[in-house]
Amino acid sequence: MSAMHPDRITAERLAGLAPGVASIQGAPTGDGTLIEDPAIRAPLVLNNRSIHDVTEIVCGYCEKPPPGKWWLPVFCVASTVAAVGMLMILYLIVTGIGTWGLNNQVGWAWDITNFVFWIGIGHAGTLISAILCLFKQKWRTAVNRSAEAMTIFAVMCAGIFPAIHVGRIWFIWMVFPIPNYNWIWPNFRSPLLWDVFAVSTYFTVSLLFWYMGMIPDFATLRDRADRRLRRGQSARVRLQAPGPVKFAVELPILADRIRALVYGLLAVGWRFSSRHWHRYENAYLILAGISTPLVLSVHSIVSFDFATSILPGWHTTIFPPYFVAGAIFGGFAMVLLLLIPARELYPNFKDLLTLRHLENMAKILLVTGMMVGFAYAMEFFIAWYGANEYELYAFINRATGPYWWAYWTMITCNVVSPQLFWSRAMRTNPVVIWIVALLVTIGMWFERFVIIVTSLHRAFLPGEWHMFFPTWVDILIFTGSLGIFVSMFMLFMRFLPQFPMAEVKAVMPQADPHGHNAHHNGGGH
Amino acid sequence: MAISDYLPFLFRPPAPRFVTEAGTPVHGVLAQFDDVAKVYHAAEKMRDEGFTNWDVHSPFPIHGIEEAMGHRRTILPFIVGGAAFTGVSGAMLMQWFMNGFDFRFVVQGKPDFAWEPFLMVTFELGVLFSAFAALFGMLALNGLPRWNHPLLASERFLSSSDDTFFIVVEAADPKFDPLATRRLLESLGASAIELVEEA
Repeated sequence: MSAMHPDRITAERLAGLAPGVASIQGAPTGDGTLIEDPAIRAPLVLNNRSIHDVTEIVCGYCEKPPPGKWWLPVFCVASTVAAVGMLMILYLIVTGIGTWGLNNQVGWAWDITNFVFWIGIGHAGTLISAILCLFKQKWRTAVNRSAEAMTIFAVMCAGIFPAIHVGRIWFIWMVFPIPNYNWIWPNFRSPLLWDVFAVSTYFTVSLLFWYMGMIPDFATLRDRADRRLRRGQSARVRLQAPGPVKFAVELPILADRIRALVYGLLAVGWRFSSRHWHRYENAYLILAGISTPLVLSVHSIVSFDFATSILPGWHTTIFPPYFVAGAIFGGFAMVLLLLIPARELYPNFKDLLTLRHLENMAKILLVTGMMVGFAYAMEFFIAWYGANEYELYAFINRATGPYWWAYWTMITCNVVSPQLFWSRAMRTNPVVIWIVALLVTIGMWFERFVIIVTSLHRAFLPGEWHMFFPTWVDILIFTGSLGIFVSMFMLFMRFLPQFPMAEVKAVMPQADPHGHNAHHNGGGH
Repeated sequence: MAISDYLPFLFRPPAPRFVTEAGTPVHGVLAQFDDVAKVYHAAEKMRDEGFTNWDVHSPFPIHGIEEAMGHRRTILPFIVGGAAFTGVSGAMLMQWFMNGFDFRFVVQGKPDFAWEPFLMVTFELGVLFSAFAALFGMLALNGLPRWNHPLLASERFLSSSDDTFFIVVEAADPKFDPLATRRLLESLGASAIELVEEA
């Protein structure tokens, strides 16, 4: 570093006295996307890719089997775990929720812990696509599609638990306002009913948002399949046995015919018209605008399930913002957990998802992790300051009672581990980020466990105190939900466009109609 | 949105203004442009020439192309606003009917109908209705779903989903002339020009 004041360097460079773009070349950090000079916009796509390259890379992921032999084994293991979980759900339904470790005192345990865990993970997708869109954060284009997919799958996993925890699942329709022969209606003053509406709205809106983003990409896949069909370049569908078994069948149907049909139906006849794009962008902005308060509302309403009760440890006003911050924290951790391996396994993935993207997400983990840490501290402060002995006991019991290990796991994972990201070397190292993301995911599960079980297990009367221990049904249903999530994500990676091609292209320097395309990577305006 | 896009059998198609030698009606002229700056400036020119039935096709939304093409702002926000109003008022009405009128029961001695606890569901349903209106309203205004279109018959046009830009002038445009329009597009820097027939 020179002895000159940094402002002066910037001023000279802006006045044309010092070369600006050149400093990217000698950038000391990583892949050249991490630039010290804030006046330079780092490239969002690396290696001088053309617009056509983006199409080739992203469509290649859906059209060709993934390189290496990891996809099928991972999918098989995940779907087997998912199937075991579903069998356990069947067992639970035919036998009753006594197969869980619940008892009179602890009436909610892993079921609602898993529900809040998954619904929290489901917040990153819409946050990235909606809030970052409103703030014009262009880097979101590299992660928003996978994050939205992850949101959909996480909310699907979340939905399982409240549905099965009611016990007699064949009465689940009673949560909906459906006319019935008893002439009774649901109680709209109950936060549990608000939750039904919040989660189902969130799932539907996220699905619509995700689907709308994919329409142009489906059209691209349709056009490529169509072109290969016209040129006679299509191959037949070939089913090949995995592993050492030598067995392959060729079906008498062209793979591209299936692609043209399925992607074509999903693309609803999109033909990239500017008049259509205008309305599309308008609809996207509206969806982003209404999804932003929606994201914030959903986890607030989930927190009302607890906060509107009178149980010490639950009855606090800090819950809505605390839950929302925790949801974003856990959601980003899951995005990183999934995308860092994908970055290694897929060719050219790193050109679209650069180190700068990872660094930005690591910073979000640091910020939201500290918000969550602040909330933990504030809960304790209010418990003392509020001078309510039950409240104070609930919190002392969390940290020192029989579940102390859960509490301290939560603190270590959620508050201590993200502090590594104060160091730039740490937050630009994908391995470190992945490990921290894993710890955060574990920590966020424990957070929900701590909130739910440690508050319930010792409520007002010592005579009713009781411990909770999970049964194998509890454990296998939870791992089953992980299996469902991973299987769905594997299918997404194989068959759906992993990057929003149109959006990535639109933030490339070549997309600027005012002639900045002469520059190399450092463009943008 | 044109109702004829959805219910074509209700409308008698207008007589084609131009037909090919084989007798098929002409849909329009397709001009290919290879970079975004060229197509942007060509669009400005087309707007100034006074064309009305024409369009720019690009693999991504081009920043500022609305002004270059001179088209009006979409009415989509009003459709979504209407849906939001329906969702919000419908939700309030539903909750009043269910908990405040048809099936009244006392919870914690609170009034049968108070707006405060009903806000959550009201908000969620407002968002839900708006989201449906935004997606399906956008598709309807665009005349979609429509799985076939004369343009998709052109193999050249398929690269509009990859990295190429196109200007299409439809034969229905009063200023359309097979020869003059082709010359104009050539002069604007088109790298290839093709006649598109109705399917």
